[in-house]
Amino acid sequence: MAIFLNADSKVIVQGMTGSEGMKHTQRMLKSGTDIVGGVNPRKAGTTVDFEGGVSVPVYGTVKEAIEATGANVSVIFVPAQFTKAAAVEAIDAEIPLAVVITEGVAVKDTAEFYNYAKDKGTTRIVGPNCPGLITPGVSNAGIIPADISGTGRIGLVSKSGTLTYQMMYELRDFGFSSAVGIGGDPIIGTTHIDCLEAFQNDPDTDAIVMIGEIGGDAEERAAAYIKEHVTKPVVGYVAGFTAPEGKTMGHAGAIVSGSSGTAQAKKEALEAAGVRVGKTPSETADLMREIMKDLAK
Amino acid sequence: MDLFEYQARDMFEKHGVPVLAGAIATTPEQARAAAEQIGPKSGGVTVVKAQVKTGGRGKAGGVKVTKSPDEAQAAAEAILGMDIKGHTVGTVMIAQGARIAEEYYFSILLDRANRTYLAMCSKEGGMEIEQLAVERPEALARVAVDPNTGIDAAKAQEIVDAAGFDEGDKAAIADVIQKLWTVYREEDATLVEVNPLVKTEDGDIVALDGKVSLDLNADFRHADHAALEDKAAADPLEAAAKEKGLNYVKLDGSVGIIGNGAGLVMSTLDVVAYAGEEFGVQKPANFLDIGGGASAEVMANGLHIILGDEQVKSVFVNVFGGITSCDAVANGIVGALDKLGDEATKPLVVRLDGNNVEEGRRILQERNHPLVTIEPTMDGAARRAAELASQA
Repeated sequence: MAIFLNADSKVIVQGMTGSEGMKHTQRMLKSGTDIVGGVNPRKAGTTVDFEGGVSVPVYGTVKEAIEATGANVSVIFVPAQFTKAAAVEAIDAEIPLAVVITEGVAVKDTAEFYNYAKDKGTTRIVGPNCPGLITPGVSNAGIIPADISGTGRIGLVSKSGTLTYQMMYELRDFGFSSAVGIGGDPIIGTTHIDCLEAFQNDPDTDAIVMIGEIGGDAEERAAAYIKEHVTKPVVGYVAGFTAPEGKTMGHAGAIVSGSSGTAQAKKEALEAAGVRVGKTPSETADLMREIMKDLAK
Repeated sequence: MDLFEYQARDMFEKHGVPVLAGAIATTPEQARAAAEQIGPKSGGVTVVKAQVKTGGRGKAGGVKVTKSPDEAQAAAEAILGMDIKGHTVGTVMIAQGARIAEEYYFSILLDRANRTYLAMCSKEGGMEIEQLAVERPEALARVAVDPNTGIDAAKAQEIVDAAGFDEGDKAAIADVIQKLWTVYREEDATLVEVNPLVKTEDGDIVALDGKVSLDLNADFRHADHAALEDKAAADPLEAAAKEKGLNYVKLDGSVGIIGNGAGLVMSTLDVVAYAGEEFGVQKPANFLDIGGGASAEVMANGLHIILGDEQVKSVFVNVFGGITSCDAVANGIVGALDKLGDEATKPLVVRLDGNNVEEGRRILQERNHPLVTIEPTMDGAARRAAELASQA
């Protein structure tokens, strides 16, 4: 079953005809995703041919694409300046899941389209500035490489794209039910807590890896949530112990301000909630490996 | 990007927020001239204020009230060049004096947890707001602001009611709050803070000191924001990296770091710091995320910056090929080393995994560059890089 993305997911791509959109649509198709359409008002009515003999129709709007195909997921690749408009279009069309890959979106734009979606109540946003999500072997909405790991019973939620890949690689011997890259911006549509809740309720997930990083207090809030609501084993990893105060470390949201947002505080909060936290990605993977072996007994 | 007080003042003025006259000076003579201009507006009184992007300048002696151009010049003489919490004062603002009746506090900021904005307001301004929030939280009103509706007249009324201002003051303060919201929205700020917001003895509401942070991701809407950057304060290596479009932060260790993806690079710094504890406390020298497409050119630019850092004794290249193919990264490293020639003098430890890793490792092995060591794991590579740094 997995979370958010399954065999019934019909995916459209906003920005499919751009270079990034083309490249990643090809990769998503290759990993078995049911891509049913692209959206570009200037190329409506045309089709785009991909390797493997797949021809994907282009629609003028998200609404038309949904009407024609029954699409229920949109992956957004449009440039940062146009991301808000694309997200609003998807929200207006009431697509159940919109995955915003684009990096560098102005935080005001995200705040506006996130709250617009929240008020409307029909669209879950993942991202922005994220690699998207994958249910290995079933569907892939975004840019996570499908060949790192196959299917399994570990759930993964991470602020970072490359740490998602690294962790999937480390634990490829067990595989994943779903892996969700939620993104490293100050405001994101789907949080650690949303994913923890979904994994807790997912019968195909036995244990959860949660990857966080400096900035904000999402990890602390996730720790409180775990303590109250999550009975499945969780292991954690937090990046950025060596980050200096007041410097943005690559991700717009990754910044220690004064004494808040430190990796140490996040680690302590997670450990206080019973989460085992690894010092390095490899050690974190080893902790999960132990748990999976114990569960198999 | 945080602005200086005088930049915030100018931005406030542009959006109709009431501010006092002010001018900047980088020499005592300029300060004198500014005081001659501005002083007559307030009976000869001006305030000379250090322009630094940190708090606590008043306690540090960076703010002086002066009664004549002579005094203003002397104050500027004393303040310019002063060190305030590691910031050297290069500019002072000469501001019109104010006869303050009451001091308030107001700010709008990003509320990451609730994914909205938050307005904070208090009748008790002037002090450090963190202190007020801890000592008298009931005195600090917190009002959620929906990003799509913002602070309209009704929301401004809600804020001044929550803060408990006197009825007679509410309308004037609410008006200023709406103008500060305009600054926040139209300038794509992530913080607008006024501390203190004052009522003068004449009953006027004035923003006496302001702090503004701007969202760099919104620069495409604001051609004028680039000019607000404090180029003089930037670390020279960070400035050079920025010029090349590299995402680089200078740190003070001995192991240079290049990686792909912000999370993986942050993690690499941590892993190097742990490994370095065993080798005479070797630490990461920088953060450098080369992003998705690690071409030879990007790799060469990155290596050039890192090798230009005198503190660097070894370099750790840590790449997980997700979208990026490891053979492209390997070619990037080889190409960069060839391009750099004799300039490349420090050992490089390379860890590659992911997309097309065998070919990537093969390319490096075949080239067999004397400076390059290939390590199979991230932890092992971090140890090796720390060890090499300790031996240099």
